[in-house]
Amino acid sequence: MDLSAISPTLLIAALMVAATPIILAAIGELIVEKAGVLNLGVEGMMITGAICGFAIAVESGSPLLGFIAAAVGGAVLSLLFGVLTQYFLSNQVATGLGLTLFGLGLSALMGQGYIGIRPPTTSKVDIPVLSEIPVLGPILFNQDLVVYFALLLVVATWAVLKFSRAGLILRAVGENHDAAHALGYKVVRVRLMAIMFGGACAGLGGAYLSLARVPQWTEGMTAGAGWIALAIVVFGAWRPFRVLLGAYLFGGVTVLQLNLQAAGANIPVEYLSMSPYLITIAVLVIMSSGKAKAALNAPACLGRQFHASS
Amino acid sequence: MSALLELTGLTKAYPGVVANDDVSMTIQHGEVHALLGENGAGKSTLVKMIYGLVKPDAGTMRLLGEGFTPAEPRAARAAGVAMVFQHFSLFEALDVAENIALGMENPPKMRDLAARIREVSQAYGLPLDPSRLVGDLSAGERQRVEIIRCLLQNPKLLIMDEPTSVLTPQEVAILFKTLEKLRSEGTSILYISHKLEEIRRLCDAATILRLGKNVGTCNPREETARAMAEMMVGEVLHVPERKPHATAEVALELRGLSLAAPSAFGTALKDVTFSVEKGEVLGIGGVAGNGQDELTGALSGELPAQAGQIFFEGHDIGPLGPNARRALGVLAAPEERLGHAAAPDMSLTENAVLTGTVRKGLSRKGFLNWRAAKDFTNEVITRFDVRTPGAHTAARALSGGNLQKFVIGREIMQDPAALVVNQPTWGVDASAAAAIRQALLDLAANGAAIIVISQDLDELMEISDRFAALNAGRLTAPVPAAGLTVDQIGLMMGGAHDLEAAHG
Repeated sequence: MDLSAISPTLLIAALMVAATPIILAAIGELIVEKAGVLNLGVEGMMITGAICGFAIAVESGSPLLGFIAAAVGGAVLSLLFGVLTQYFLSNQVATGLGLTLFGLGLSALMGQGYIGIRPPTTSKVDIPVLSEIPVLGPILFNQDLVVYFALLLVVATWAVLKFSRAGLILRAVGENHDAAHALGYKVVRVRLMAIMFGGACAGLGGAYLSLARVPQWTEGMTAGAGWIALAIVVFGAWRPFRVLLGAYLFGGVTVLQLNLQAAGANIPVEYLSMSPYLITIAVLVIMSSGKAKAALNAPACLGRQFHASS
Repeated sequence: MSALLELTGLTKAYPGVVANDDVSMTIQHGEVHALLGENGAGKSTLVKMIYGLVKPDAGTMRLLGEGFTPAEPRAARAAGVAMVFQHFSLFEALDVAENIALGMENPPKMRDLAARIREVSQAYGLPLDPSRLVGDLSAGERQRVEIIRCLLQNPKLLIMDEPTSVLTPQEVAILFKTLEKLRSEGTSILYISHKLEEIRRLCDAATILRLGKNVGTCNPREETARAMAEMMVGEVLHVPERKPHATAEVALELRGLSLAAPSAFGTALKDVTFSVEKGEVLGIGGVAGNGQDELTGALSGELPAQAGQIFFEGHDIGPLGPNARRALGVLAAPEERLGHAAAPDMSLTENAVLTGTVRKGLSRKGFLNWRAAKDFTNEVITRFDVRTPGAHTAARALSGGNLQKFVIGREIMQDPAALVVNQPTWGVDASAAAAIRQALLDLAANGAAIIVISQDLDELMEISDRFAALNAGRLTAPVPAAGLTVDQIGLMMGGAHDLEAAHG
């Protein structure tokens, strides 16, 4: 095994790419859960976004249109979940699981004609001069736009939740929906909007996989990324920057184990492949082991049904 | 000048029940108007219509002489109607200022809002720190948050739903001073309560609802509490009779019981010591959340204690679980009827088996004796006048009062030697409450030791031989209940919570 073949600079640059789909999906789910809704359909919305984005990008030749289509596709699929859980009061856990299965099947159907095709390239932003800086240049100034967008989204989510009135109302709805209703806030409307935002983000994350990271369409290509996003939200204690950290950790271990595989490490491939999942969960569990604090940050109405009956 | 608010012929029906039937009433400027009635009399529905949460089926409302049809709470708030809810509409994970901002139409910037909260709360004698998390506040402080939220909008009418049910007597006195100051400034207050003595102290007029109908308006200062209670209930009230107990034989004894808090938001019990004699009723008061649930759990066996802390007739029962204690004759009925005292979706018979199987022999070698269980259930239903279609009905389908009669009756019918009840008449109408209290007194007269944990001080004074109070997990020494004054009880309960801290 030849460890010197692994360049730390390229590793970090690749890590940011690997983490981006997880960041997008997890930030979307964070908003959904902050509104008090548990949507386990992230995986299904991601893969649907992946094929929607892929198909439109191939047909139109524009990656941008592809990403927009992915967001729309994810949001439309999430609306199905929203209508079922918010209006027909179906069980959120069962509906979310169903959404994942449905999304996997639907995407396989939609993707029939797209296997083995190369999508148009998502161009990188190559900032002159800055990208020439050794080490920092390739990491910070030579990525594609979606990587920057995902980072911006984390900061924006943090700021909106902490400082804006809309964020306050969102947290209030997730904290105590009966009280929010009594004060005259539209609980169902706020939640539907949060669910659709979550769907759009998951769709974007999926499209980033099929258009930029892989880039190719294969059935079931999200390979559990949606589940990891869900876990990161919980272990990140519903805080945007911890979610970012969790996603980077996962991306980092993923890239590292791929490099180790390439370098011919003397460990069975299966152990390397499972390592990102194990390490991410273990680190986040240890970080959030201060039980009382984590519990305080959990939305108190998470997963509970709301009906304005009283 | 016309009246502030006039309601004419308001009617609201829900499937199967008419919550308000042709209710008319008038609230004058600068008046504290009481709305009286039992649970289910339609008080809440009426004020929800005024606050825009519920639309009336028929009838009109006029505010300051003009038509008033608020489509949502926002519209009601804009028109000058504010409301303090009974179950607080607060968000525990948010701080005081954020909670207040959520209840305002156009909240100022957070920094300015914090300054205004300080200013208004000092002016009305309700000190509050805007940056504290609501989850860390006592019940009295939480109510201040609600009141300040209303006051910041300069309401013309302030609706208060059962505001004193969670307060110590000292906190009630502070609240009443605030309300009197508001009245002197011309604000009208619609005050919902069923505590008649309070209404006689505070209110200028009272409207009484029974089964959704307005059954009369009176001046509470000229009526006796008893007369108003009988208007509420519509029948002559039965006052429980008690006989002094004679024995001096200790049944149940706690020696320095200490217990860690079972959950993050629970209360630890600290060095709780008392003894109850056979035939005696010990009343334990205190504001909710000071260790009542934990003490009930420790006495029932749900929360096992260390050896040497709980004794029953000389046996050390501390480490025993609930069924072992039941076998000895120590029974308990917890506070939460649905989900704790009874399994909501199981039938009354099944629920009877759940606690009755040990003492009534309802199972043999692991098989249930359904016939005996059904007979036992029917006995409870008959003797305690539980209104239900039958023993097969699910517990969830019973009204709160009827289920409470069943839950208490189920324990009493097992001939306990010691019975622990927590909030035996919470949310129960007056006649059912009187029946439950009488049953407890009868049980004591037959020689059982009874511990009643309650937040209803009137109830405790009515049935207890001795009284003690829980405050932050500590129990005061029990004292004879006869002759205790409200001030003494208040001091035992811990006085006004955290007032000094909030001033500083």
